[in-house]
Amino acid sequence: METAIESTRKMTLNMGPQHPSTHGVLRVLLELDGETVIKAEPEIGYLHTGIEKQCEVLTYSQVIPLTDRVDYLANLSNNLCYCLAVEKLLGIEPPPRAVWTRVMLTELTRINSHLVWLGTHALDLGAMSMFFYATRDREELLKIFEMFSGQRLMTSYFRIGGLALDHPRGGLDAVKKFIEMIPSKIDEYESLLDNNPIWKNRTIGVGVVPVETMLAMGITGPMIRAAGIPWDARKDEPYSGYQNFEFDVPTRTENDVYARYRVRMEEMRQSVRIMAQALEGMPEGPYQADAPKVVLPQREKMKTQMEALIYHFKIVTEGVRVPAGEVYQVIESPRGELGYYVVSDGTSKPFRVHMRTPSFGNIQGLGMMCEGGLIADTIASMGSMDFVLGDTDR
Amino acid sequence: MISEQIQEDPLVVALVERFGAAIESGTSQFDQTILYVSAANIVEVCEFLRAEHTFNRLSSVTALDWYPQEPRFEIVYLLHSVKEASRLRIKVRLPGENPTIDSVTSVWAGANWYEREVFDLFGVTFTHHPDLRRIMMPEGWEGHPLRKDFPIHGHKYDYSGGNS
Repeated sequence: METAIESTRKMTLNMGPQHPSTHGVLRVLLELDGETVIKAEPEIGYLHTGIEKQCEVLTYSQVIPLTDRVDYLANLSNNLCYCLAVEKLLGIEPPPRAVWTRVMLTELTRINSHLVWLGTHALDLGAMSMFFYATRDREELLKIFEMFSGQRLMTSYFRIGGLALDHPRGGLDAVKKFIEMIPSKIDEYESLLDNNPIWKNRTIGVGVVPVETMLAMGITGPMIRAAGIPWDARKDEPYSGYQNFEFDVPTRTENDVYARYRVRMEEMRQSVRIMAQALEGMPEGPYQADAPKVVLPQREKMKTQMEALIYHFKIVTEGVRVPAGEVYQVIESPRGELGYYVVSDGTSKPFRVHMRTPSFGNIQGLGMMCEGGLIADTIASMGSMDFVLGDTDR
Repeated sequence: MISEQIQEDPLVVALVERFGAAIESGTSQFDQTILYVSAANIVEVCEFLRAEHTFNRLSSVTALDWYPQEPRFEIVYLLHSVKEASRLRIKVRLPGENPTIDSVTSVWAGANWYEREVFDLFGVTFTHHPDLRRIMMPEGWEGHPLRKDFPIHGHKYDYSGGNS
């Protein structure tokens, strides 16, 4: 019997929009030669909800809850970036207590995001128990969010000019307890993965792309740092008082999936370091800026002072008038460069809010990362990007 | 007209020296430099900034719609230099009638998706773009949602591929 295969036939595989490893609704068109990926083309837009359009018909404060919905794992980072941008336009400064609290909780958000990434990424690569451990410890962190803001996921805790509320009773103690607990847990995760032969086989040398290409494609964040570039907006373009905190920017040079894992684990430790400093130096005092035309007055004052009542009425009915101008504010979100480009035309509603979201830029580089590898490596590469599809499509 | 704050800025001086009147105007807001460039020169200016200065990243491309004013559109390029940790905003004004501009994908490959997004949501055409098609909205969609004359509610959509 004679079977001759003269040429292999290429196959197109549709991965997604419903696929467990895409963590949302992403569709990747894979062109395959056997197990090898010849071409990978990501298709996005399945979660496009028109948030940027919606921002244009809401007042500046009403936009804050929308920024949560952009990235459900980095909600406070989005709140912070938007508030910083509008505060720049208004020319107001939040008081130190608000700044310190913002830093503390945004770093907590980073740990939140990295824990979800670790759990799901490891789950994709076959290490199921990691998902249970990461989710177990994330639960403690969500309780802290709930204490501070009343919400576990969509926090909306920051306001233009400060915070929505002062710290809850026992809030700082809960943070303290958490940062005492989490370093040992990070050690525990690493003890399970660092020298795990399956984990190493699946991640080392996978998903390598030249660093200049990554920069040109718009890839940012831990992925760039795992390629040896110590670029972190917290250090390079300090915002919200980050210059007052001591921390390192972890980098690796291998530029593969394993290096990205190492960078993110180290980032969690650095976040704990920043949170410890924020806790220690937490200033007393007001939690909102002294800007009566922008910040809603205290309830007590409204009962006794006529001006407070008038300001409250004006802010709630008309919104805050923001002087005409435009600003591009960048922060380091858990996924990379998060930027809010806010343009005001002098009214109480933003003329335009453009969100430069890290996942959008990162996914753009997905194709290059997968091409030439195996299908199984596509899962590893995708996991190492840590994208959120809501963040991509907005 | 280049505003006084940035007239001495070496980058602005170099650009004006090289491109002359193509750098239409410039201002600075909150220490962020904004330069208006004529649409015909956008690729040259970007290539110059990338190759001879250190702007190795294009952070994002977006647009503003000043409807009903003319020129209606402003395309905004958010540039970033990782090495110098500096940023620059390049803007180009385009008319409301058939807005067209050259793609900068030849300068930064990553401009691809950002330009597709502006094409999709604002209806601005980028010539010499390798893959200019909708990215957010479905293929058969009519209209461009981020234009100011696109309604926020009440837009009918039939799910068979087109809207009516």
